[in-house]
Amino acid sequence: MQFMLLFSRQGKLRLQKWYVPLSDKEKKKITRELVQTVLARKPKMCSFLEWRDLKIVYKRYASLYFCCAIEDQDNELITLEIIHRYVELLDKYFGSVCELDIIFNFEKAYFILDEFLLGGEAQETSKKNVLKAIEQADLLQENIDFQMRLFAGMVVPNMASESSGLFQN
Amino acid sequence: MSDVVEKTLTALPSLLSLDSHPGSAKLSSTSKLGNLIRGITELTSKHEEEKLIQHELLAIKEQVSSPNTTMRQMKELMVRSIYCEMLGYEASFSYIHAIKLAQQGTVLEKRVGYLAVSLFLNESHELLLLLVNTVLKDLQSTNLIEVCMALTVVSQMFPKDMIPAILPLVEEKLNHPKEIIRRKAVLALYKFYLIAPNQVQHIHNKFRKALCDKDPGVMTASLHIYLQMIQENPEAYKDLTPSFVTILKQVVGGKLPMDFNYHTVPAPWLQIQLLRILSLLGKNDQSTSEVMYEVLDESLQRAEMNHNITYAILYECVKCIYTIHPKSDLLEKAAKCIGNFVLSPKINLKYLGLKALTYVVQQDPKLALQHQMTIIECLDHPDLIIKRETLELLFRITNGQNVTVIVEKMLEFLCISEDDHTTIDLVGKVAELAEKYAPDNEWFIETMNTVFSLGGDMMQPDIPNSFLKLLSEGFDSVEEDRKLRLFAVNSYIPLLRGEPGKLPQRFLQVISWVLGEYSHLREDLEPAEVLSLLAKLLDMKNSSSETKSWVLMAMTKLCKGGADASVTQEVSETYSSSLDTVLRQRAHELQYLSQDPELRARVLPRGAKPETLEVDSSLSFLDRFVSEALAAGAAPYKPPHQRQEELDQSKALSLEPYGLSLPISMSSCSITDRQSPTLLSMSSGLSGDSADLSHKGGSSALKLDGIKRVWGREGYLAQREPVEEAAQVEVPSPIQSPGRQGEGDSLHSQTPTQTPTPEPEQEKQQLASSLFVGLASQSSVSLMGKSEPMPQRFRRKAKGQGLGSSFIANEQISSSLISPPSAVDNLLCNNLLDSNNASELAEQTSQLSQSLTTANGTCHAEAELTESDTKGCNPALRRDNCVVAAGPGPHNDPGRLTEVCLDSYLPAELSGLSHSEIAPLCANQSLNLSACHVQKEDSLILVVFIMNSSESAIQQMLLQVDSEELEVSCLCDSPAGEVTSHSVAVGQYSLTVTRPAVHVEVVGTVSYQLPAGTSQSLQFSYKVPLTSFIRPFVVSTEEYGTMWLSFSHDTKQNLTLINDNQEPLTATLNALKKKLQLHVVEVIGMEGIVACRLLQDLPCLMHCRVNAGWLAVWLRSPVPDLPDCLIYHCQRALQSL
Repeated sequence: MQFMLLFSRQGKLRLQKWYVPLSDKEKKKITRELVQTVLARKPKMCSFLEWRDLKIVYKRYASLYFCCAIEDQDNELITLEIIHRYVELLDKYFGSVCELDIIFNFEKAYFILDEFLLGGEAQETSKKNVLKAIEQADLLQENIDFQMRLFAGMVVPNMASESSGLFQN
Repeated sequence: MSDVVEKTLTALPSLLSLDSHPGSAKLSSTSKLGNLIRGITELTSKHEEEKLIQHELLAIKEQVSSPNTTMRQMKELMVRSIYCEMLGYEASFSYIHAIKLAQQGTVLEKRVGYLAVSLFLNESHELLLLLVNTVLKDLQSTNLIEVCMALTVVSQMFPKDMIPAILPLVEEKLNHPKEIIRRKAVLALYKFYLIAPNQVQHIHNKFRKALCDKDPGVMTASLHIYLQMIQENPEAYKDLTPSFVTILKQVVGGKLPMDFNYHTVPAPWLQIQLLRILSLLGKNDQSTSEVMYEVLDESLQRAEMNHNITYAILYECVKCIYTIHPKSDLLEKAAKCIGNFVLSPKINLKYLGLKALTYVVQQDPKLALQHQMTIIECLDHPDLIIKRETLELLFRITNGQNVTVIVEKMLEFLCISEDDHTTIDLVGKVAELAEKYAPDNEWFIETMNTVFSLGGDMMQPDIPNSFLKLLSEGFDSVEEDRKLRLFAVNSYIPLLRGEPGKLPQRFLQVISWVLGEYSHLREDLEPAEVLSLLAKLLDMKNSSSETKSWVLMAMTKLCKGGADASVTQEVSETYSSSLDTVLRQRAHELQYLSQDPELRARVLPRGAKPETLEVDSSLSFLDRFVSEALAAGAAPYKPPHQRQEELDQSKALSLEPYGLSLPISMSSCSITDRQSPTLLSMSSGLSGDSADLSHKGGSSALKLDGIKRVWGREGYLAQREPVEEAAQVEVPSPIQSPGRQGEGDSLHSQTPTQTPTPEPEQEKQQLASSLFVGLASQSSVSLMGKSEPMPQRFRRKAKGQGLGSSFIANEQISSSLISPPSAVDNLLCNNLLDSNNASELAEQTSQLSQSLTTANGTCHAEAELTESDTKGCNPALRRDNCVVAAGPGPHNDPGRLTEVCLDSYLPAELSGLSHSEIAPLCANQSLNLSACHVQKEDSLILVVFIMNSSESAIQQMLLQVDSEELEVSCLCDSPAGEVTSHSVAVGQYSLTVTRPAVHVEVVGTVSYQLPAGTSQSLQFSYKVPLTSFIRPFVVSTEEYGTMWLSFSHDTKQNLTLINDNQEPLTATLNALKKKLQLHVVEVIGMEGIVACRLLQDLPCLMHCRVNAGWLAVWLRSPVPDLPDCLIYHCQRALQSL
């Protein structure tokens, strides 16, 4: 996998993970163009894209788009399931995850991603093991977490769509 | 509502300060992040956001640089910086603080620090060097979480040059009791393998261990490495096929823990990885493929559930089945599977079905036939991606009969496509098809015109090039050539009369060239008119200067004086003062040639066939120039790689110690093969004496062949094989002959929509039969056409292939250079290689390493030898040793005893010199053989002691000594003849190394006759470490410098530094000097240069540099293998300290 992007329906980047070394300028350019391309696609369209010289696999969960760029020989369908497994992990960790959880706890989302995918390859596909690893590190986490969760659960105006669970639609 | 939130937010800190610290700072910063995020969502314009973030960044910047900021606050600041960066605002000032946080924070803060580092930096960022120490420390931590974090960051990014610093620690983690650590360590090694494969070569056997790990996660992780290695060299891992098959069988059979299931499918990621590996292993290899048939069949059967994940596995299975050596019943099942994909209502599966079809259609064109109606539907799919993939599929099944329909569809798509990548790709494909299968001149020219207009200036430059070549070189029939050219001219004139400003530059260039060359073919066309049309192009604002120069060239060819003179005169005057030198030159050419028709006819003969140019690729005509220049004191030519090396040398701190400079020069070579249109036009007309140009001319001859053949098959030369053609065309396009449509359909009997159909259906069927014509009955023909190496395609891809092959060549070079030390490392690690690994290594490495591998078993014995050898150098020490050694150890008593008594038999002239321990070689009832070697200043003497231990004398004794790596010369008093009872005969041999090896071996035979008359012989072998042949080599730094450049064999390795109280570099060099008799030439700062020679006179130079706790050593010598052997001994010497 070359990179993974999470962005909202409004085109706001929520998470970015690059597994290939690129300059910031290139990253920005790719992100901008790709977000545009993906957002322009209709719901019933194919989840795979040949974009520039990359293969893009994307999927929409509620208001969030998950988007991966993979290499030519990689399997598109399994990438789709990687995205799904990641959402499952987020869902399990946050408990019915919504976009707000990811916005306010993006570093957690990164930690989970790092346990799941490492250097662009699926590292641990067992859900239980990933969460175990995260929880072990989290045991040290202070109650600052608690505060974040409380805050995140609140519905802020303009954020109504972000707070709907990813798995709901 | 927002008020409520506001209140709650401000209340939060007090509500939640359950924390023992009254850490208001922490909480306020948290709510700062909250505020920031919330603030941004409430903003309406981009400008406001920018302002807010800039403000935020300023605040962060101030805080991070404040000395009072605690690590805990720093953590929050980092999170905010990450957020700002994600929004696209640079926060580079925080990078260094992220590293600091990773370094100094507590576990939790560290985690954020590492995360920030991994998000902020990429592996080439210089700040990453600062992380190395932190990683080193954390890898050694007892806290598992810290180790995990370090490994996580290492597997994402790590500076290539620093890998040796942490490699041992990461390797160590492979044996960690926790599987998560082992797994991360494997992935870290995978990362290392990707960025610096030669650095992890020596731990291949550890990868094997990881593959056999009891934890499926670790095993899965190791497959990433294997996939990579097998991709690079499938031959080396064929022996693992049964293992992979067994693993897959177990996975498919559900033998893994339930944890690894994903939607009830057992470990799908693992399955897919294994299938990919198997397809690589089984490719073009029948026997290996046979091993996997069964498990592939099982995988196909098991994957039945209707879920994406099973389809993912099925897709991979199908790909594998079509990649490996074919088996008919598996192919059948796979084909059925593809059918399910294609027919699926799910668009994702349909897409993959099309992809799979594209993949297999070359092997099995009938498969496309089965799904023709689906393909037709996909061709009109609203999703462009599906459409695009369908075109790709059609491209693969194009033949002479369906080319017009397919090209039409492709051009249609090109008109609506907005993506540059797609345009470039499709334009290339259309051009390829047009060149290969064009049914007639008109179609060809028209299609190419569309290609040039649509492709614009983005298309590959070789499309116009090959088009022009095609026109100029022509085909077998002069008449056909004339028609084609005339048609081109005819089609261009109206274009120029229309709105030439809208045409792309490339197209204009093509047009001007064609008009310049061939407009005379059209008799009703006045050159003056063409000239004025061309002159119009010059006046257009958007014409590039390249186009203008093409136009001027065309005008030069056309002008005849007379009426044309005024136009040309004007033009040449305008441009003869142009700032662009090329244009100016062209303008002058135009001016002179238009005034001198005779000269013009000579320079630009009309209708001249491009001649095959004789290429003097050695540029021998320049020899005189070169010798004159040399005589005048010019520096001799150095090839690029040598220059590169010298450059590296001049800035001694090369940060790329393990790279080879070779690939750069090689790839640049192949890039220059690219042809530019300007070059082409020149070689066709003006001058041909530049070596570069004539080279192009040479390559054009090759290309011509290809084009002729292709055209001959289906296009122009159709009349050549009319009978054959007619026989093959059983299903002509129904558009032309509707009467035969039924016949066509009956052949496509599998189409579901066959019965009386409404209008649109019928259209589709017509389209289908025109698209798939030539596939059913003629499949053999089209197959043939496909399996032939397609000349056009081959040529176009040649650049890429050239690059590829040079890359491979380079890989080979580097592996042969690097593998010997890796084998050495294997020895060093004292890992007992399993037999598999040994054989694998043996295949990979050079002969030297073979001998190393086999020597592995006797490693300990050698170690002893080395030890005694070095002690031999130091007489005082040796005495001690003898005393000690003579005491304990009953098992080696006999040897020691012999030594004691044999010592006195040492020839007198050698007795004063240091010699190795006298080692017993072999014995039987009558003879006892021992040997030692004596180091003289410029030679090494082998002394063999033959002791007659029997009661009777032996006769006709003959001692023969020989060696593969050494030159053995017998010194005068070699023993022969009779040896009386209990006496000792001594043989002396002088040894010279001819082929360096880590240990050189002497084999010998003693044949003799017992008094009874029976003749017997006794064989022995004696090993001498290479170090015994090493002598210090005294040179000055300048001499060293010149020698260094002239030596061609080198090796690089990192060695451990000795860290005692004094300076580590000096300490290490001194230790090496003492142990290996090297000469330290000079030590400058953190670098040292050392020299030695191998007897008699083979120098080896060593350059040492202290680098991140390691001694980076670079050895060079004129002798192959010598650097590798020496580095081995250096390692051993340092290890034994």
